[in-house]
Amino acid sequence: MSVPLVELDNLTVRFHGERTVHAVNGVSFTLKAGETLGILGESGSGKSVTLKTLLRLLPENRTEIGGGVRVDGADILKLEGRALADHRGGTASMIFQDPMLALDPVYTIGEQIAEAVIRHEGVSSAEGMARALDMLTRVRIPSPERRLKAYPHEMSGGMRQRAMIALALACRPKLLLADEPTTALDATVQIQILLLLRDLQREFGMGMIFVTHDIGVAVEVSDRVAVMYAGEIVETGSVRDLIRDPRHPYTKGLLAANLHGAVKGARLHAIPGAPPALAEAPKACSFAPRCPVKVSGCDINRPPSVALGEARQVRCVLAAPAPGA
Amino acid sequence: MSAPLLSVSGLTKHFPLKGGLFGRSTGTVRAVDGITFDVAEGETLGIVGESGCGKSTTARLLVDLITPDSGSIRLGGKEIGPDLSVRDLRRQVQMVFQDSYASLNPRLTMEDAISFGPMVGGMVGHKAVALARDLLARVGLDPARFAGRYPHELSGGQRQRVNIARALAFSPKIVVLDEAVSALDKSVEAQVLNLLADLKAELGLTYIFISHDLNVVRYMSDRVMVMYLGQVAEIGPVEALYSAPAHPYSRALLAAMPSMDPDRRTMEAPLAGDPPNPINPPPGCRFHTRCRLADTVCSGTDPGLYVMPEAGHLAACHIHIPGSGHRDAKSRAGVTA
Amino acid sequence: MTAATLEAIAKVEKSPGYWSGVLRRIARDPVAMFALCVIVAMILMAVFAPWIAPADPYRGQMLRRLRPIGTAGFPLGTDELGRDMLTRLIYGARLSLMMGVTPVIIAFFIGSAIGITAGYVGGKLNSALMRTIDVFFAFPSVLLAIALSGALGAGIFNGLLSLTIVFIPPIARIAESVTTAVRKIEYVEAARASGASGFTIVRVHVLGNVIGPIFVYATGLISVSLILASGLSFLGLGVKPPEPEWGLMLNTLRNAIYVQPWVAALPGLMIFITSISFNLLSDGLRSAMDLKA
Ligand SMILES: Nc1ncnc2c1ncn2[C@@H]1O[C@H](COP(=O)(O)OP(=O)(O)OP(=O)(O)O)[C@@H](O)[C@H]1O
Ligand SMILES: Nc1ncnc2c1ncn2[C@@H]1O[C@H](COP(=O)(O)OP(=O)(O)O)[C@@H](O)[C@H]1O
Ligand code: SF4
Ligand code: SF4
Ligand SMILES: [Mg+2]
Ligand SMILES: [Mg+2]
Repeated sequence: MSVPLVELDNLTVRFHGERTVHAVNGVSFTLKAGETLGILGESGSGKSVTLKTLLRLLPENRTEIGGGVRVDGADILKLEGRALADHRGGTASMIFQDPMLALDPVYTIGEQIAEAVIRHEGVSSAEGMARALDMLTRVRIPSPERRLKAYPHEMSGGMRQRAMIALALACRPKLLLADEPTTALDATVQIQILLLLRDLQREFGMGMIFVTHDIGVAVEVSDRVAVMYAGEIVETGSVRDLIRDPRHPYTKGLLAANLHGAVKGARLHAIPGAPPALAEAPKACSFAPRCPVKVSGCDINRPPSVALGEARQVRCVLAAPAPGA
Repeated sequence: MSAPLLSVSGLTKHFPLKGGLFGRSTGTVRAVDGITFDVAEGETLGIVGESGCGKSTTARLLVDLITPDSGSIRLGGKEIGPDLSVRDLRRQVQMVFQDSYASLNPRLTMEDAISFGPMVGGMVGHKAVALARDLLARVGLDPARFAGRYPHELSGGQRQRVNIARALAFSPKIVVLDEAVSALDKSVEAQVLNLLADLKAELGLTYIFISHDLNVVRYMSDRVMVMYLGQVAEIGPVEALYSAPAHPYSRALLAAMPSMDPDRRTMEAPLAGDPPNPINPPPGCRFHTRCRLADTVCSGTDPGLYVMPEAGHLAACHIHIPGSGHRDAKSRAGVTA
Repeated sequence: MTAATLEAIAKVEKSPGYWSGVLRRIARDPVAMFALCVIVAMILMAVFAPWIAPADPYRGQMLRRLRPIGTAGFPLGTDELGRDMLTRLIYGARLSLMMGVTPVIIAFFIGSAIGITAGYVGGKLNSALMRTIDVFFAFPSVLLAIALSGALGAGIFNGLLSLTIVFIPPIARIAESVTTAVRKIEYVEAARASGASGFTIVRVHVLGNVIGPIFVYATGLISVSLILASGLSFLGLGVKPPEPEWGLMLNTLRNAIYVQPWVAALPGLMIFITSISFNLLSDGLRSAMDLKA
């Protein structure tokens, strides 16, 4: 089998400061080239931190990273200087919820895309601009020649998101990291951006990791989905398996809370309580305090990640096949 | 049908756009432009539409946080202004905002936040505090633990419970929920929705439920109003509207919901481009710039709300108006009874 | 009322208030605490000057003019009139602190009142007040202070007055912008929806949330005020000789800069230390008041 594009091996991320936050607690997954993995989870579950680790965007001095992170064969945690700069924006690039954070307000969209291409590929500025125009056309911005000279604040929300995607893809990255890029958008614009990303991902053959808290969005873009809770992946599987047959109690709760096809007037099966504070590393099942089906061992030992067939894993004692069966 | 609890007619609010050197007006935002709807006692009216279509402005008009330019609001048959004072309106119609944190004064404890309103209304201190604690218990927060806390010591879901408790302090008839659960995580959102359903049953409340999440609106509402650029595009019973949306915009909005079926993903975006701006709305049907079914009549004539066959279902589209001149409209003779 | 709530009324957990949290956080900030100690020491020095100063601040002897630091009997040397530097520096804290702090305190009250009113009422009143303020704001504070003092004439009172006028506009500006921001926050809207009057809303919801940032800003201004006050005295527009005041001392000693540079620099050092302490305290307060921290 070929080397996977992304390989996370037992990643842990801890922030030190006034309070210690155990943001990511042993996350492992692989992503093949050209595949899209959706990471689904509620706020604070460690989705963004996981993505930022892949680009080494976390504050170096306060962050303690453990485990292995490999992207396209390179050990990301060891990258320095030039190699790191080539990795960011060259091999892998990222799009955010708020495009204003990614776009520089004082340069035009064209200048920013051209600059990125020139920096990573050493082409002439005319070629850079040509690429910028090409990219704006590909992300289907109307009248791209005119938009080339527009500043970010002159564009509407959806257009800015397209411009950010153009910038992120300008250097043909092998890996696109998307951190809730459609959360702030209207549903009517969101679906346009999702379809665009789906098309571009296929066209460029990129691997994509798409973080979202919306199951519907994950279904629209992903091949596989990983559900995160309290810094751990509690369940992974193909979108189909996960939607039709969720195995982890948390995944089941999330699906019910989406209210797709909820019966009117019936009470919702809400997961009680709130996610843990992450002040310490998990010693038991993080979901145990909220779990409706928890058994005696759940708040003593950390449940193992049980493999159920190819590409299906569930971190719950109840998912394990009965011993001797 | 008995008289509606709330009856809104021709409600309009335009904001002058300030700009230029001396704050001269450089245009008008037609945030809400002549909307009419009724809400019956005990029902939940959902309001949906893209951002900027005037949902929050409508909500703020209903609780008189801003005064309408024209139009009337009647509560229990009495018109606000001539028959009913703003003060009385505010006791009967309360609002919960989207941002649970910004909605609470960071310097006030939860019981002070809840008792502020009743105290302003003349209730004596200890009674107001007792009421606040009672309300905290009602929304599922143990008063012993939460009454003395400050907003930053609560989670988003807990804060939103406090905001609901504060809205209930006046024993209102109507609660306007403007994206009140949108900022919450899904699992917490479900808890708050359950709470809202319980309170409604217990206290006989009427809700106006604004949300961009169409699944949540369907679950919560009895009737739904779809807004587009400050106007009502369609209003009707929730199941009728969701299963057979009459207005092309409602149809597009519903089709824009992500599919929950991996085998039937959305293949084409139902609408192109961003929601247009209410500063210079297009003439005629405001949706004609994005409507796939637009005909010549659409850009010239505003269709106005037209009564659909099903009771209480109205849509503003020429297609449904017999003899409107739209190519798909029935000729006047063929109108179904 | 349910039995549970009746019972609960008896024992409600009270969270520590916001200000006690601020105090706790600032107490843990070594830099701010150090600055605070320096400021307290300066204030004590000013208050107890007659008891701690070794000599008379006004009496000098021509014979022992401009002695260097370390001279027996005059640990910090003497000035151009032979007065004990240590004594005059200690006494100087009185006028200098008064000249530095008083205008800011008065300006804090007046400026906040103007700014909060403009910010909360908004509209035409806001424009009228803020445009007037902007006229003053257009001049650099140094120039404005000099011009006002020059027009009013020298003297302690006029110095205080002109400095107060200088500081009202910036404080009003800050007060207006924080108030405008707070007014738009939803808890103020919610209070309006509960039918509270404008005055009640300002008292309960606005004041508590804007006074902190304005206060921090004003503490930062004290250092500027100290320097301006000294500057006025240095230019002969503030305190008059023979009063001990650091700025004035800097002026009268300026001819001695070649003879006894260290002695001549001492008043400047005092101004510097005090002013930077107020600045550090202000920074500490700012971060201690940040709720998200
Ligand atoms: N005070 C105001 N001054 C000027 N324009 C305003 C004001 N309040 C609202 N608007 C404008 O009126 C229009 C309707 O705003 P409103 O807040 O009602 O939209 P909304 O439907 O609630 O949108 P969202 O889904 O984003 O909350 C928008 O274009 C908005 O910019
Ligand atoms: N730079 C940081 N310093 C300290 N804590 C952080 C930092 N970034 C994230 N965290 C914490 O890590 C946890 C996971 O955050 P994040 O990955 O952003 O969540 P999400 O799943 O919503 O994207 C949260 O508790 C968050 O507060
Ligand atoms: S391990 Fe136990 S507590 Fe955790 S999800 Fe499974 S059953 Fe629930
Ligand atoms: S009136 Fe015309 S433009 Fe408007 S929604 Fe109907 S068909 Fe479309
Ligand atoms: Mg995130
Ligand atoms: Mg809104």
